[in-house]
This record gives sequence, C-alpha cells and structure tokens, in this order.
Amino acid sequence: MADVIFWVIAGITVLSAFIVVLNKNLIHSAVALLFTFFGVAGLYAFLWADFMAGAQVMIYIGGILVLIMFGIMLTNKIQSVNISHSSMQKNAGAVVVVAILGLLIWMIQKTPWKITTAEEPIQTTGQIGNLLMSEYLLPFEVASILLLAALIGAAMLSRKTK
Amino acid sequence: MNGLFESGFMLIVGLTIAGLVIFGLMAAIAIIAVYIERKVSAFMQDRIGPMGQGAGLHAGKWGLLQTVADSLKLLLKEDIIPKAADRKLFILAPYIIFIAAFIAIAALPFNQVLIAVNLNIGVFYILAVSSLGIIGLILAGWASDNKWSLYGGMRSAAQIISYEIPAALSIVSVIMLTGTLSMQGIIQSQAGTILGFIPNWTIFNNPFSFIAFFVFFIAGVAETNRTPFDIPEAESELVAGFHTEYSGMRWAFFFLSEYANMFVVCGVTVTAFLGGWLSPISGVMDSPTWGLFWFMSKIGVLIFIMMWFRWTFPRLRVDQLMNVSWKYLLPIALFNIFGVGLWILLVG
Repeated sequence: MADVIFWVIAGITVLSAFIVVLNKNLIHSAVALLFTFFGVAGLYAFLWADFMAGAQVMIYIGGILVLIMFGIMLTNKIQSVNISHSSMQKNAGAVVVVAILGLLIWMIQKTPWKITTAEEPIQTTGQIGNLLMSEYLLPFEVASILLLAALIGAAMLSRKTK
Repeated sequence: MNGLFESGFMLIVGLTIAGLVIFGLMAAIAIIAVYIERKVSAFMQDRIGPMGQGAGLHAGKWGLLQTVADSLKLLLKEDIIPKAADRKLFILAPYIIFIAAFIAIAALPFNQVLIAVNLNIGVFYILAVSSLGIIGLILAGWASDNKWSLYGGMRSAAQIISYEIPAALSIVSVIMLTGTLSMQGIIQSQAGTILGFIPNWTIFNNPFSFIAFFVFFIAGVAETNRTPFDIPEAESELVAGFHTEYSGMRWAFFFLSEYANMFVVCGVTVTAFLGGWLSPISGVMDSPTWGLFWFMSKIGVLIFIMMWFRWTFPRLRVDQLMNVSWKYLLPIALFNIFGVGLWILLVG
C-alpha cells in the first residue's frame, strides 16, 4: 500500500514537471508547477518530515507560485489568454538531458546510501527549531539578511523616481 | 510507515468515510449559514427575510427550507462555460478552492476525540493549505477571460497574501505560549483557570495575546473575502469579481468554499484563542459530547459576528485595505510576538 501511494505521488511529481517544461501556455505551466510542488510535499511527508512538507506547501505554493502567477498577469496584456513560451534547440537539449539523467542514475547507483535503523521521529518541529537557533544560527541569519536585501531592493525598484 | 498502511483496504474505507463526513459537514454548514445569514441581514435591515411564502412551492415554516430549495435549483441549473474562457483552468479553479477548504477542515478538533487527522503540525498545516485557495481564485479570475473576473482574482490574491502575514504572526504568539503546533495540544494547554474563575484561554492569558486575538480575527475575516474586506467581489465595481462568469454547480462550489472557509477561520480562532472544545467553566460539562457543543457554539458566535460585520460596515477602499494590513495589523502582530516573549520571560 505504501509503495502504491509512493509511486502515485512520484508519478504526479514527475509528470507535472514534464508538463511545466513542455507546455506552451505559460499559465498552464504554472498550474502544473502547483502539482509538482504538491508532489514534493507528499514525498517529504513520506520521509516523516511533516514540518518540511508544510513549509513546502506554504512557501512554494502559497508564496512563490502565487508570485509567479502575479508576475505573468502583471507583465502581459491583461486580455489575452494565450501567453506562450516555446523551446529552442530541442535536439541539443535532449542530448544534455539524457547525459545528465545517465549521470544521475550512475551516481545514485554508486553512492553508498546511509540507511538508518532509528525509529521514525514522533515530531520534528522542535528539533528543527533547536538546530536553527543553535548550530545553524549563522546560515539562518544570513538567509534573513538576503531576504531583507531583496525586500529593500524590490521597494526601491517599485518606488517612483521624482 | 508500512505498519500504517498495512491494511490498505481498511485505510481506503476509513478515508472515504472521513471524506464523506467532511463533505456532508461542509454542505450542512453552507445551507445553515446561508439561511442564518439571510435572516440576520433581514433583521438588521428591519425586514423579515425568507418566509417560504413565495409563488410556487412552499419552503417550510419561516422559510427554513429556502436554502435547501436554492441548493436544488443550483444543482439543476445549466452549466455555462464562456466560449473565450480557458476551458481546462475554468473547470479546475473551483475544485482547487474547494479542496483547500476541504482539507483544512480535516485538521479541526471538534472535541477530545473527534478529529479527522491529529497532526503534529496542525495549525501550520491549516495555514499552509489555506494558501492553496489563492491559486484557485487567481485561476478562476484568469480563465474566465473577463476583465472584472481578472481584477477580482488579482485583488483577492493580493488581499489574502497581505492578510496571511498578520494572521500567521498572531498564531506564532499563541504557539509561543502553548509550545506546540498540534491543534489538540494547543487546546489542552489552555485547560484550567486563572485566579480560580477566569478560564485559562489564550485570549485571557496576557494582554498581548488578547490583542493577538483581534489581529487574527480581523485578518481572518479579510482572508475569507467578506465585507468590509470584500473588494474582490465588490458588486458596484466588479459585477461579482472572480466568479462573475460562473453559474450553476460550479458557482455553488465557490459558495460552499466561502462558508467552509469561514468555518475554518472561526475554528482556528476558537482553537487558538478561545479554548477550543474546553468548557467555559473549568471542569463542568466537559465530556466529549459537551466538547462538541462548546466548540460548535463558540464557532457559531464568531460566525454571527462575521455576519454582523458584513451587514454593518461599509466596504473598504483598496488602498485602505492594504493600509490596514501592512501599516497597522503587521506592526501590532510583530509587537505582540515581542510582548508575549517578554511576558513568558518575566511572568512565566
């Protein structure tokens, strides 16, 4: 049963990722991205990373995807539904894709994956919080400075010059 | 994980039953809430509201069956999809909004035992999945190929994103007090009394969480797109906003989701600030049946207040709406987090 659910989630993720790349309609790509993000959240839930799954939905779907859609709608003529994007140099792209896929498969096969026998954690939020406030405090704060800089930059750009 | 899904068949049966119960609950909430809303609005405007005495069928005493009849009418109406609409997205949009409301209800604790999924990250989960609904609103506005719809969709997305931030920050100040994200955990940590008679609910816990309640509730009303925050569907400007082109069953899905969202927002408010299913008098009438009663009545009171808002306050302008969120609610919510931290440090 668990296998079935895993393959369904994985299938949705990969299939919708294909649609994101191959679809000509930009909005349709954005909608397909919704399912990709959701699938990834499902995979997190499968790994018992419940907090990560929630954060994935909140940040990627509630934040980034909404902003992508906003961007599409604000930058184009508001009346035309057909906003298209196309691919160029498909043959060269296919070669690169196959090469990277081969490399990834080879690497996944070669890597000695660390398999733990520890019990599934009952809850992860507390540990994540403690680690963020102790061991990973510096990266955490640096990331927030980056976000603050982006925020100020956006405010500067959107501000009308006198 | 394997142990959890070992009996796959039983799992599917269980999930189906839970799903059907939640769906039935959503339909019941919408039918009852619409009736109450019509009556409340009528009484507030010195009318009598639906009385079931119109032409044709008799719709029950005091019009009690009015909304049932209306729902039947919606089911039978012709399903119109505009020719120029983006057909796939037009069909998909109401389902996304509906699913967002549907899966949020799954994490609401109705009493000590009645909760579809008791997640460790309950509150966080509800905040996360309710952001899914925005996508549906944008898509509905976009796919209709109608400028009013598009403006409505954009406005509502901008509004929900803005108000999500003070709402989430107010919840943070609650989590600081309760020390857990689990819905049941949050309620259980509010058991007991202060000074022997005031219930130990978050709202009464300290001055900052008292303010946080109002910040969260105002943001919650705004997130459900209701008056005075209903500029996404302002009739006088945008016809009906993002659902202008929808009719029949698809329109009913929007309506169902709106009332389900009200229920979820009130449910989270009750859980986080008003002690959830806890009895107002500590230790009295606290069996699971009474728990369900307390939970539902608290939600009922809040939903009534939301309706009261709708029929008393005029609609805000777009810029006023953004001002309320970014210049007032957000700083207050941030100050609250600081205040609650100080309170925990000093008072304990």
